[in-house]
Amino acid sequence: MGTDTDAGTSGVDWRSEATDADMTRRDRLEELYERMIYEPAVVAWSDWRTRVGVLILSVYLLMGLVEVLGLYRNPSPNQADALLKPFQNMAYPLGTTRSGVDLLALIIDSTPFILLMVLAGGVWATGLAVVVGTVSGYKGGTVDSVITSISDFFMAIPGLPLVIVLAITLSPENPILLGVILTINYWAGLGRSIRSQVLSIRENSYVEASRTMGTSTSRIILKDVLPNIMPYVMVNFVLAARYTIFASVGLYFIGVLPYTGQNWGVTLNNAYNQGGLFTLDAFHWLLVPIIAIVGLAFGLILVSQGMDRIFNPRVRTRLTGESKSVEEGEDDATTTGMI
Amino acid sequence: MNYYLRRTLRIPLTILAVATLTFGLIRLLPGGPFTQLRIQLIRQGVPVEQVNARIEELQSIRPDAPLWQQYIDYIIGVVQLDLGRSISLEQPVVEVLARALPWTVFLVVTSTILMFVIGVLIGAVQAYWEGSKFDKIMSSGSIFLMSVPYYIFAVLALFVLAFQLGWFPTGNAAARSVEAGFTIEYITSVLHHAALPIAAFTIGGIGSTALNMRGNGIQVLGEEYVEVARLRGLSNSRISTRYVAKNAILPMYTGLLLQIGFRLGGTVVLEEIFSYPGLGYYLIEAVNANDYPLMMGCFLIITVTLVVAVYVADMTYGLIDPRISAGDSDGY
Repeated sequence: MGTDTDAGTSGVDWRSEATDADMTRRDRLEELYERMIYEPAVVAWSDWRTRVGVLILSVYLLMGLVEVLGLYRNPSPNQADALLKPFQNMAYPLGTTRSGVDLLALIIDSTPFILLMVLAGGVWATGLAVVVGTVSGYKGGTVDSVITSISDFFMAIPGLPLVIVLAITLSPENPILLGVILTINYWAGLGRSIRSQVLSIRENSYVEASRTMGTSTSRIILKDVLPNIMPYVMVNFVLAARYTIFASVGLYFIGVLPYTGQNWGVTLNNAYNQGGLFTLDAFHWLLVPIIAIVGLAFGLILVSQGMDRIFNPRVRTRLTGESKSVEEGEDDATTTGMI
Repeated sequence: MNYYLRRTLRIPLTILAVATLTFGLIRLLPGGPFTQLRIQLIRQGVPVEQVNARIEELQSIRPDAPLWQQYIDYIIGVVQLDLGRSISLEQPVVEVLARALPWTVFLVVTSTILMFVIGVLIGAVQAYWEGSKFDKIMSSGSIFLMSVPYYIFAVLALFVLAFQLGWFPTGNAAARSVEAGFTIEYITSVLHHAALPIAAFTIGGIGSTALNMRGNGIQVLGEEYVEVARLRGLSNSRISTRYVAKNAILPMYTGLLLQIGFRLGGTVVLEEIFSYPGLGYYLIEAVNANDYPLMMGCFLIITVTLVVAVYVADMTYGLIDPRISAGDSDGY
């Protein structure tokens, strides 16, 4: 698992700490803006993958916004002729289902639900993994072995079957709860790989220095350890989000999650069960939710591939167009692991 | 303690913990299967005074005994391979699982090996010719493959190759007309039935494997020891296998352990789509039929399979990477 554990990032922290005293609050805010928002944005934007990915994701955000503000009609049966083809009638651009529901309305209708669920799944899985991984990797000793045994246990349980069993007993209908349940044991594996990275980081001399200076554990983890594993965490946040989409749609598709109105998986399931597979007439009904799912996952992955660049200090210092060819290989290396 | 011994001892412990979890799910969750089983039996017209006896028969738990007694009953049942009786199939759960397990293992093992080999080969070529046209096309292709869930490939393959063209069967693990056994006819039938599920499951994983391999490969190619090996005048084949391939694949091998878990869980959707009679298929059947003993049995067996699979992978990892057998891999 290749992450750069060179002292680059820590150097920045070190310096900003030292200059703290003779900077006004305004200067500091400005520097913070430069360092945290402006520079990453420029670097990220220089990569076509981020650009395309961000564009795709904003389409989904827009769709979510349209739904939240109620700007587009709600899906309902018989609102149009049955099984209209896409682009056949421009009032229903993506066509309709067998019962005459506007497909575009269906897709838009469930966007906020899906986005919330994906966000919840990603935050839960990576958040817990970071806490577990850094604490157990940095602390070592008893804390480490207790945490490791617990996560080993959770790693030994296959995710989807567990989710199915839980879905039956809990019937999660809230998107946030559903997102958390879907990734209920995802953190375990991720936490283990974060732990192994922290193990190598904690041996670095600057961490040693902080320790000798008597810096508190939480501060060392926040200031010295976290910045180093951030790229890996961000990439895995996206992978966890992707897993949440795939798992939820798959489980809706085979009909084990409770139907909460319509969403992409339910649409896919309906299309599949009502002949979307057998005739070309209904094939678009199957294809539209598929495109919605693949599009979202594609956008997420593109952003994650490009995002790596933001956190890679060697690329960041350049800040110019030439960064395109730099360290081309490194960014993919951090993707190792989960999926 | 020896690494292998410690690792082996952990298996029964993990299985015990998972069995405890299934017991907890059956017994303790509000509205869990146990409660629902009771409601279901009453609804089926089983007299109230017989419900407890029926539950005892179905799930091997005495519902009126104290909790610790129920727990011990359940664990003893699991140890004796008595997982109760399936309600919908009217057979012991263990018999159903014994029939289903080989198919799931067959699917997962074959597709995971194929995925790994194909992905590694593509990624290696990409890393070697980094920046070439092949590399660029394959990278974009891999990113795209990563964003398509495997069941979409399954559905599309089923649509085109099975329903439209009729080249492949749409369900089952082998043709009913063929007698099971080591005959060429049977094996061909099995392969024919497994081809689409395996292909769909394999394609779904190639993208990320290739991207990982490409990343690792490029990194290893830039290492000093590769340069040194070249200066020493070692042959290209020796450098590519002993130095580059080995060091690029090793980190992926650990990732494979996690993947086995995800892929084993993934068969639930896959087998349901192809009506392939493995563990996942029966799990969904049991869910749809409210067949709680079978459902819990499937869950337990899938988990045990995963524990064993990860164990095997862990052991072989020790063979490939001698550092791990030196003892304390978690020595901090």
